Amino acid sequence: MTDSTNPSQPSDSTRTKEGLRPVTDTRLDISQPVLEVSDLHVAFPSEAGQVRAVRGVSYAVRPGEVLGIVGESGSGKSVSSMAVLGLLPESAAVTGSVKLNGRELLGLSDNEMSKIRGKDIGMVFQDPLSALTPVYSVGTQIVEALQIHQDLTKVQARERSIELLDLVGIPDPKRRVDNFPHEFSGGMRQRAMIAMAIANDPKVIIADEPTTALDVTIQAQVLEVLKKAQDVTGAAIVMITHDLGVIAGFADRVQVMYAGKPVEAGSVDEVYYSPRMPYTIGLLGSIPRLDDTERRALTPIEGNPPSMVELPKGCPFAARCPIAIDRCREVEPTLSVKEGNTHPTACHRSHELGDTLDPAAIYPVPEVPEASDLEQRPRGERATVLELDNLTKHFPLTKGAVVKRKVGVVRAVDGISLDIREGETLGLVGESGCGKTTTLLEILDLPKGQVGTVTVFGKDTRSMNRADRKTLRRDMQIVFQDPMAALDARMPIGDILAEPLKTHGWDKERIAARVPELLELVGLNPDHADRYPQEFSGGQRQRISIARALALEPKLVVLDEPVSALDVSIQAGVLNLLDELKTRLGLSYLFVAHDLSVVRHIADRIAVMYLGRIVEVGDTQSIFDAPSHPYTQALLSAVPLPDPRRERERTRILLTGDLPSPANVPSGCRFRNRCPKYLSLDEAEQLRCRDEDPASAKLADDHSAACHFAKALEVI
Amino acid sequence: MSTATTEQPKKTAKRQSRTKLTIRRFARNRLALVGLAVMVILFLMAYIGPLVNKYDYLYHDYMAFNAPPGGDHWWGTNQGGQDLFALTMRGLQKSLVIGLLVGVISTLVAGAVGAFAAYYGGWADRILMWIVDLLLVLPSFLLVAVMSPAFQKAGWLIFVVLLSAFSWMITGRVVRSMTLTLKDREFVKAAKYMGVSGPVIIFRHILPSMASLLIIDTVIQVGAAVIGESGLSYFGFGIQAPDVSLGTIISDNTTNAPAYPWLFYFPAGCLVLIGVAVSFIGDGLRDALDPNASGAKAKAKKIKTGETKAGATNLSNQLQGPTTSTDVLSPS
Amino acid sequence: MGRYLLRKLANNLILVLLAASLSYFVAGLSLHPQSNYEGRNPPLAKSTIAKTLDDVNMNPDTPIVTRFITWADGVAHGDLGKTIDGSPVNDEVGRRIGVSTRLLLLATLVGSVGGVALGALGAIKQYKLFDRVTTLASFFILAMPTFVLALFLKLASIQFLGAGTIHFTGETDPEFAGHWDFAALGNRAEHMLLPGLTLVLIQVGLYSRYQRSTMLDVLGSDFLRTARAKGLRRRTALVKHGLRTAILPVVPLLVYNIVLLFVGATFTEKAFGWHGMGELLVNSITRNDVNATAAVSLFTAVLVLIAGILSDLMYAALDPRVRVR
Repeated sequence: MTDSTNPSQPSDSTRTKEGLRPVTDTRLDISQPVLEVSDLHVAFPSEAGQVRAVRGVSYAVRPGEVLGIVGESGSGKSVSSMAVLGLLPESAAVTGSVKLNGRELLGLSDNEMSKIRGKDIGMVFQDPLSALTPVYSVGTQIVEALQIHQDLTKVQARERSIELLDLVGIPDPKRRVDNFPHEFSGGMRQRAMIAMAIANDPKVIIADEPTTALDVTIQAQVLEVLKKAQDVTGAAIVMITHDLGVIAGFADRVQVMYAGKPVEAGSVDEVYYSPRMPYTIGLLGSIPRLDDTERRALTPIEGNPPSMVELPKGCPFAARCPIAIDRCREVEPTLSVKEGNTHPTACHRSHELGDTLDPAAIYPVPEVPEASDLEQRPRGERATVLELDNLTKHFPLTKGAVVKRKVGVVRAVDGISLDIREGETLGLVGESGCGKTTTLLEILDLPKGQVGTVTVFGKDTRSMNRADRKTLRRDMQIVFQDPMAALDARMPIGDILAEPLKTHGWDKERIAARVPELLELVGLNPDHADRYPQEFSGGQRQRISIARALALEPKLVVLDEPVSALDVSIQAGVLNLLDELKTRLGLSYLFVAHDLSVVRHIADRIAVMYLGRIVEVGDTQSIFDAPSHPYTQALLSAVPLPDPRRERERTRILLTGDLPSPANVPSGCRFRNRCPKYLSLDEAEQLRCRDEDPASAKLADDHSAACHFAKALEVI
Repeated sequence: MSTATTEQPKKTAKRQSRTKLTIRRFARNRLALVGLAVMVILFLMAYIGPLVNKYDYLYHDYMAFNAPPGGDHWWGTNQGGQDLFALTMRGLQKSLVIGLLVGVISTLVAGAVGAFAAYYGGWADRILMWIVDLLLVLPSFLLVAVMSPAFQKAGWLIFVVLLSAFSWMITGRVVRSMTLTLKDREFVKAAKYMGVSGPVIIFRHILPSMASLLIIDTVIQVGAAVIGESGLSYFGFGIQAPDVSLGTIISDNTTNAPAYPWLFYFPAGCLVLIGVAVSFIGDGLRDALDPNASGAKAKAKKIKTGETKAGATNLSNQLQGPTTSTDVLSPS
Repeated sequence: MGRYLLRKLANNLILVLLAASLSYFVAGLSLHPQSNYEGRNPPLAKSTIAKTLDDVNMNPDTPIVTRFITWADGVAHGDLGKTIDGSPVNDEVGRRIGVSTRLLLLATLVGSVGGVALGALGAIKQYKLFDRVTTLASFFILAMPTFVLALFLKLASIQFLGAGTIHFTGETDPEFAGHWDFAALGNRAEHMLLPGLTLVLIQVGLYSRYQRSTMLDVLGSDFLRTARAKGLRRRTALVKHGLRTAILPVVPLLVYNIVLLFVGATFTEKAFGWHGMGELLVNSITRNDVNATAAVSLFTAVLVLIAGILSDLMYAALDPRVRVR
C-alpha cells in the first residue's frame, strides 16, 4: 500500500467532484488562500517546564478546499487550530502569523476576534455532548449564534435555525429545535454543532476530530453532512483528525504532524501513495485495513512520541525512526521539497526514499506466527470453550437523575447464542449501545438467575457454587479497553501482576518467579516490576494488562476494545503481541470491538451485533467478502479506507437515523426502520419484516444471518 | 499533618519520588506552609507553654484581677485572677485534641460506611443510607447540647464520640458516590473478575484510591470539630468546669471583654488561628495530592485542549459536602 | 414528578416523625425541669413542684412514654404543648419565627447574591489579586466560629466607634418596640447592622467558595469554548454560558442553607439579643424546657424536609437534564 512505483500522481483529472472545486495541486492553484497560517508557534508554561506544543506550523487553505491535518495525540494539531481562533488560555505564548483573507488575526483583541469567530470561521468540536451548553435548548444555541452576527429578530432567527437543522438532517426539526442537548444522540449533536458552525456562512470551517466520538455509521452520516455544509457555504475546511481513513476520502490535501510540527504535506494521493517521511510510512503501515485480503503482521513504530517539554536535539522522530542516521540526531530537518520528491517533507533522507531506499521495506516486518497444530485442526474437531445459548439481559429503565422512576425495560442483550472453540478468536462487533459490552460483562459475572445459559468449558454457570466460580475465573480472564483505568495506579506493576496469583493461593516463591516471566512474555523489562503504571506509555500499560490476564494461564481471554484507546502506531504492536500469544499459548479470544478493520485483522470468526441480537455470524472471510445482512453491509461500507482512490470510487450505504434505544425495540425485524433493503422491498415483503422477527438462517458452512432477505453484497 | 503519611508505607524508589513530588507541590503553596507552621507552633505552645509558665490555670492570683498582659501574667488575667495564658493553653490542648480525634474518627466511619454501602448495594446500602438520612434530619447541635452535660461525668471522650457521631454523614455520602463510580472502574472490575473478595477490594483498591479525599476531609473535619466544640462549650453545653476549652474561656469573659479586650482577643485569636491554619493545610494538601482538581485542573485541561473529555466530578466538588457539615454543628 | 415527590415526602415524613420523637425522648430524659424549682428559698413544696410540672407535662415522675403520648397527641392536633412558664409553645414559636425572618431575609439575600458574585469573579480572575484577597478573607471568616465573629464586631464597634455609637442589642431600642414609623425603621436598621453584617459575611464567605469552585470547573469546559467560537465575547460567554451552568450545583445548596438558617442563626441571635428561633434552641435547653426543646427539634426536622424538597425542585427547575416531563 505504500505505493512507491508511482511517485508522481497526475491527479487533476480524477479529482473533480461534485461540489468541490478541482483544487488538488496547490502549487498550480492560483486562487487566493482564505486562511493562511505561517510559522505558528505555541508554548505553554507547565510544571515540568515549557511545553512547546506547536513548533512552526504553516498551511494555507483556499475556498472550497479541504485540508486534513493528521497526527496522533499530543502532536499539536488541536492546539494549532485553537490558536487560529484565539481561544487558547492567556498563559499560552502564540507567535507567527494567521491571516484570514489577508488580515492578520494574531494580536487582535477579544472584541475584534469575536466578530470573526462564528462568522468567518466556524468551528466543529470533537465531543458534541460537552461542547453544547447543557442548560439551553439546541435551538436557543443556534439562535444565539445567528443573532451575534446577523441582525435578525427572534422569530427570523428561530425560522433560520429550523432551516439549518433541516439542512444538517435532523428529523422533525420544528419539534427538535426545542430539545436540549442531552435529548439528542451523539450524531444529532454533532449535526447541530455543524448547523451552528455554518449558521453565518463562514469562509472557513475548522473541524477538530468531528467524528472521533461517533460510531462508523454515524461518522459516515456526519461526514456527508459536513460535505453538504461545504457545498452550501463554499467554505474551506480544515479537518483535524487522527484517522487516516477519514482524511483519505474527505480531504484534498493533507498535512501530517509529529511533535508539534508538520513533517509531510501534499495532496492526499501524494502522501498516501508515495509517502517520503518515515513517520508517515510507518503510520500507513501500522493500520490494519478492511481491504486486506490475507493476514499480515502489522508494522508497529517502536517507541513513543517525545515529551514536548524536553525535545531531543535533531529530528524528534529520530529515536523511533528505522533509518535514522547521525545527522538526524544532530539537526532537525525543515519541511521542504527534497530532491526527487513531489511534495515537502521534514526528513534528511527523503530524497533517498523511493530512490535507493524502498519505503515499503524500511520497517522490519514482524513475522506472522505460524499457525499451531491446534489452530490448523478443523473447527469441528476442537473443544468448545465458551457457549452462549439465548443469553438475555434486561434492565429496568429509570428516568431522570434526581427524579428516578421506572418507565420500561432496556433489552440490552436480547437472546444471544454463540460459541468459541479452542484456539479461536471470535470478534464481536457492533456500534455503541448494541449490547456487546453488556454481553461480555454478563459472561464474566457468571450469573445465576438469567434467561439462557452460559457454558464455560462445558460447565453451565447456573449450576455452579462459589468455589466452582473462583476456579472458573482462573481460566477466564479479561483485558479492558483503557489500560490506565484498568491498572490500579497505586500499585507497582509487580504487585498488580501478583494480585491474581495471590488471590488464587500461589505461594510467594512461585509468584516471585512468575512475575518476571510474565513481563518478559509481553515484551517488557522484568526489572521494571517495581515501577508504577503511570511510568509506562499507553501501549506498555496495555501489555501489562495482558500480562495480568495471562498470569493464571487462562484458556479464554475476553478482550474489551483492547486497542481502541491507543494511537495507531502503538496499536499495531499490541495486536501483533495478541496474535503471537494466542498461537504460542493456545488461547481463545473473545474480542469485542467497534473497529472492523482491527477485527478483520485479528479474528477467525465474526459476530455482528445490532440492538441486543447477533444479526450475522460467520468466518471472517465470509463476513467480509460476502456480507449478507443489510446491517453488516452498511457497517462495512461505512468504514473509511486509508486509500484515497478507492475511497473516491466507493459508494457508501448510508443508514438513516440512529440506533434505536434498546428500551424501544421495533417489532418484527429490529433493523427494519433503518434498513436500506427494506425500502426496496414490495408491500408483502415489508409486511414480513414488520411482523416476523427473522431467525438466524444458515447461508454457508460457517455463515448465517438473521434477515428474511439475506443476500451477499460486495461493499469494500 | 505531615504529607509523608499520605503514601503507602512501602518505600520503593518511585514511591519516594512521588512522595517528594507531593511534598514539593505542598511546599510551593506558601499559605499551606504558613498553616503548617502555625499548627506546629500552636501544638508546641499548648503542650510546652504550661511547663514554662509559672501559673497553673486553676490558680487564682488575688493580687491581679483583670490585669493587662505584661511581664508576670503574659496574657493578663481574668476577673477571678486566673492567668489567661495558662487558661488559654489548657483550652487549646482540649480543642486540638478533640478536633484531631473527631476528624480522624468521623472520616474513618464515613469511609467505611460509604464504601461498604456502595460496594454491596441492595439492602445494606438502603439501611445505611437511611441511617445517614435520619442523622441528617436530627438536630445534631441540639441533641449534642442536650446530651453532653448528662454524660459529663464520663469525661470529654464521650463528647468526642457525640461530635463524631454527627459529623460523618455527608462525607459518608461523598465516599458512597465515589465508590459507586470506582466500582465501575476497570481496575476494580479487573480485581473482581480475578476472584478477589469484596472487603479486600474495598481496602486494597477502593479506599486507597480516594486517599486524597479522605486525608483532605480529615483535615477539614478537624477544623469543623474545633469550631463545633467551641460553639457548644460557649453555651455551656460542651466542656464543663473546672475543665476549660477555648469556647468556655471566651464565654466566661464575654461581659468583661469590652473593658478588658485581651480576655477576648487571645483565646479567640487562638481559635481563629486553628481554623485558618487547618484550611490552609487542607487547601495545600488538595493541590498537592490531587493536582487535577480545582485550580490546577482548569489549567492543565486547557493545555491538553480538546484531547480530553471534561471530567465530570472532581475532588473540590466532592469536598463541598464535608464543609457543609460544619454548619450542622455550628449554626451561624 | 408528582408521584416521585409524594413518595419522597412520605419517606421524609417518617424520618421527621422519627427524628422529632427521638429528640423528645432524649430531651425528656436528659433535661431536668424540676431543677428550676428545687433549691429555692423558701423551698417549694414537693407537691407544688409536681403540680406545676404536671401542668406542663414535664413531671419526671410520669413515665416518659406517657409524657410522650400526651405530647404527641397534642402535636397531632397542632398543639406543641406549654413552655416551662406555662404559656403555649405555639405562640412562642410563632413570635420567634417573625423575629428570625426579619433578621434573616435581607441578610440572606445580600449574602447569597454577594457570595455567588464574588465566587464567580474570583474564579474568572483566578490567582489574581482580587481572587487572592477574597479567598484569604473567606478563609478567615470560615475559620471563625460565628460567636467569635459576632463578639468581634461588637467589640470592634465599641473600641473604634465608642460604646453606644451603634445600638446593637435587640431588635429595637425599647422606646421603639412595636412601632413601625420612620424613626422606628431607622432604629431597626441600626440594630440590624451588626447582626446583619455577621450573617452576610458568613454567607458570602461560604457561598463564594462553592461558586468559585464550580465556576472553575466550568471555565475549562468545552461548551464555553463553543460559545466563544460562536463569536460571543469572553465576558458574555462567561456570564451567559459559564455562570448559568456553574450556578446549578450551588443553588440547591443555597436553598438548603437558607431554609435551615431559620433555626441556625443561634449564635447571631444570642449575641445580639434577638429573640428568634435560634435563641430558643439555646434557651430552651438552659431552662430545661422539654416542650420547647422538642418543638425546636420538630421545627428543625420539618425545615430539613422542606429544604430538601425545595432544593430538589429548584434543581429540577434550573437543570433541563433532571427535568422529567
